[in-house]
Amino acid sequence: MNVRALMAHRFAGLTVVSAIVIVLPFFFPSAYYYRLAGLVLIFGLAAVGLNLLMGFAGQVSLGHAGFLGIGGYSVAIGATYLAAPPWLCILGGAALSGLVAFCVGRPILRLKGHYLAVATLGFGVLVTIVLTNEATWTGGPDGMTVPRLMLFAWPVHGADAWYWIAAITFLIGGTLALNLGDSPTGRALKAIQDSEVASSMLGIDVSYQKLVIFVISAVFVSIAGSYLALFNGHITPDISGFLRSIELVTIVVLGGMGSIVGSLLGATILVVLPQTLTVLHEYEDMAFGLILMGFMILLRQGIVPSLMGWFAGRRS
Amino acid sequence: MAEFLQFLSSGLTVGSVYALVALGFTLIYNASNVINFAQGEFVMLGGMSTVFLALAGVPLPIAALIAVIVTTAIGLALYRFAIEPARDASAVSLIMITIGASIFLRGLAQVVFDKRFHSLPMIFGAEPLRIGGAAVLPQSLVVLGGATTIVLLLWAFIDRTILGKAVIATAVNRLAARLVGIDTRRIIGLSFAISAAIGAVAGVLVTPITLTSYDVGTLLAVKAFAAAMLGGIGSALGAVVGGLVLGMLEAFSAGYISSKYKDAVAFIVLLAVLLAMPRGLLGRGKIERV
Amino acid sequence: MFVLHRVLATAACTLAIAVATGLSASAQIKIGAVLSVTGPASFLGDPEKKTLEMYVDEINAKGGVNGQKLQLIVYDDGGDANNARTFATRLVEEDKIDAMVGGTSTGSTLAMIPVFEDAQIPFISLAGAIQIVQPVRKWVFKTPHTDKMACEKIFADLKQRHLTAIAIISGTDAFGKSMRDQCVAVAPNWGITVVHEESYGPRDSDMTPQLTNIRNKADVQAVVNTGFGQGPAIVTRGYRQLNIGVPLYESHGVASKQYIELAGTAADGVRLPAAALLVAEKLPDNDLQKPVVVAYSRAYQQKTGQAVSTFGGHAYDGMMILVQAMQRAQGADKAKVRDEIERTKGYVGTGGIVNMSPTDHLGLDLSAFRMLEIKNGDWTLVPDAKS
Repeated sequence: MNVRALMAHRFAGLTVVSAIVIVLPFFFPSAYYYRLAGLVLIFGLAAVGLNLLMGFAGQVSLGHAGFLGIGGYSVAIGATYLAAPPWLCILGGAALSGLVAFCVGRPILRLKGHYLAVATLGFGVLVTIVLTNEATWTGGPDGMTVPRLMLFAWPVHGADAWYWIAAITFLIGGTLALNLGDSPTGRALKAIQDSEVASSMLGIDVSYQKLVIFVISAVFVSIAGSYLALFNGHITPDISGFLRSIELVTIVVLGGMGSIVGSLLGATILVVLPQTLTVLHEYEDMAFGLILMGFMILLRQGIVPSLMGWFAGRRS
Repeated sequence: MAEFLQFLSSGLTVGSVYALVALGFTLIYNASNVINFAQGEFVMLGGMSTVFLALAGVPLPIAALIAVIVTTAIGLALYRFAIEPARDASAVSLIMITIGASIFLRGLAQVVFDKRFHSLPMIFGAEPLRIGGAAVLPQSLVVLGGATTIVLLLWAFIDRTILGKAVIATAVNRLAARLVGIDTRRIIGLSFAISAAIGAVAGVLVTPITLTSYDVGTLLAVKAFAAAMLGGIGSALGAVVGGLVLGMLEAFSAGYISSKYKDAVAFIVLLAVLLAMPRGLLGRGKIERV
Repeated sequence: MFVLHRVLATAACTLAIAVATGLSASAQIKIGAVLSVTGPASFLGDPEKKTLEMYVDEINAKGGVNGQKLQLIVYDDGGDANNARTFATRLVEEDKIDAMVGGTSTGSTLAMIPVFEDAQIPFISLAGAIQIVQPVRKWVFKTPHTDKMACEKIFADLKQRHLTAIAIISGTDAFGKSMRDQCVAVAPNWGITVVHEESYGPRDSDMTPQLTNIRNKADVQAVVNTGFGQGPAIVTRGYRQLNIGVPLYESHGVASKQYIELAGTAADGVRLPAAALLVAEKLPDNDLQKPVVVAYSRAYQQKTGQAVSTFGGHAYDGMMILVQAMQRAQGADKAKVRDEIERTKGYVGTGGIVNMSPTDHLGLDLSAFRMLEIKNGDWTLVPDAKS
């Protein structure tokens, strides 16, 4: 058993994460920690989705929180107005997000670089505006209550239940993402990142591949949004706002583009750090900004790639 | 007709602010390929510093001058301590650094200033001028005039001075510029300083109309970024045109279509333009080397 | 290594804070507050925080409640309901609070209610919407007037001036929209028709297009602006810039004298429903609220150097109602305190005179609002309309 070979295996990171996820609850003194961990896993899931788009396909999206909103409000509206069971709404929301991603992605993905970024920004803003203004359906800026999730007539209650649900979903999602990375689609995306012209010469249907990954990433984010809504029991339109999209991008970049474990680390920082900074009171924002800048200057490829590079450098 | 002029005046006033901030985006982007999301914070710092200096008893013109100088220094510091050390980072990482900087500056403003909103006195009084049936504030004309002056000054600088040519050279090809002896680090620092100064001046001029508070920067940066892309990033004229067009879109859709959806209309038009012209209104096409 | 250090440090800090908080004097009564001190609602949250801190210090200086000192734990949710929910869980699970005064906005309040209902901790909310107390929830109370009351106060005044056709210009934020919805719903009861509507973003800097449309509608007899923060000031300036002749009504969201400073001479003639707090010094001497509002007003001004705000006043009322309930309950037992809060009768606060009951967890009626008019850059009281 060559340890180095094991560590190099693509599922090494995820296996370590699984182990941590199983062991960690023994150290949780209260439900508060379950809640934080649950949020980390939910945002981690969304970040994995966005990472597929940004890390694997190299496309920037500043509006992905729009899918958080679609997923979240599907659960809220479906359960309140259509009397649909929440688990069905989660799936429905994912399907809706995929459809929206397909319709929006086809024209938008022709744009490159910052132009794509601003187009996705526009998408996110539009989703927020619709959610805020269509108050008869969405409850407007105050948001709406989300009924509890029922799994086989058992109400899902408490942060600890959500921790496990989010953990399992994250691990499944992470596995799917890693598999995607090594699939023909994943390799095609790597090629597209290097050079779109060259890949199309090799017979890769560039726009199709980009669209596929856009839709898949939207589905990931949508499910995370549904979970968030059910976890909180309440949803407001700023779940799909610009600031939320920036949070997702920050998590992905911080953790390292293309790294699933990195996305989880990024989510940990973004969820836990503000909690620890509360001691600073009004200096909280300043500290957070400084820490973010510090991370990006010192670990400029993101945490995981920079550390891996550092280790690789040490070895040689 | 009168209402058309009213909407136009409103659109141009707001659009001038977007134009100036977008100009700042473009300047920095051209020199260093960085999208500086802290740009909106420069406007905020210009306005808030002036307000607080004036409250402390400093005469208004001096307060404004000091505010612009301080903001320029902050822009330089941002480059020197945050961007320059990470110069070989990817574009996304650099954007993240500027986002961190904007959060930091906002947090700083909370502590140094306060969380309320403030105004400055209008330079020529609050009595509106009647132009063709529309009521136009003299301050709007000041903002428009100020924006035009800045654009002209910038153009003269870029086109007529050696230093300006150096800026262009750095923007076109950084390596080649260094090879001919241009200190690109100084040039990029200069572009940050100029952008900060422009933002601060915009803040001082527009605060009498729009009011200011510690967090006006975020929304402004988003809109100005959209405006810069609309006009075509990389083109200074495009930034100005993009800003004015965005301002007017907002005013006209609020007036003629629906005030509830005015932001939506602006973004829909933005998306439509980008889909039809993927390089923005005035963006230059890029030749992609294979 | 770098990151590992940071993660470990973060974990260690969290643990240390948790331990420290748990170890701190168990004889202290812990009051939690989740407020939107930063973010889009900071106009409300900042005075709330300042007020709570001020009065906890004052109460402690006087010996505390039933001999026990108060410990205030404030968290800033940044206007985000998700964060509010996390901090609520933290207050209940980690900080082990005895009661909660907070929830600056309706969104964050609604997100936090399940936490406090489950934990059976009394929660006095500082948010406006009526659905916080309707349907009545056992552990949830609130101090601010509902926007429905504000609408009714305005409509009563309109009726007295024989004005029946109005235009509403509202902010698209939660405050503005909620009040607009209430106004539209109750208008028919007062014989008022809404002939035109416009809206603006809470951070917009120019409302002249919307106001131009209102001015061009010939049948508008008065304009009502619902919103908070800087929006009303900009609307008021635009109103005068366009020389719109019909009366303008603002809402209680303007909250402080700063509105008059910013709107300038444009504010003259504007009417609005507001708590007595804003006209503290001008109240007749026999007014029950006068001593309370004058004292709070002076103390706030002196401590912060800023003009008093009705949002800070709601926090004051929340704290005082809680403290008085604890005094009557002779301790911090959550169930007893809750019962005593519900039994609050005749509490004279900044917002009005509060009489709670098992079916009314707000306790204010229409008399809690005063109709004010701005004259020569200052508030004046308008004699009460027969409502």
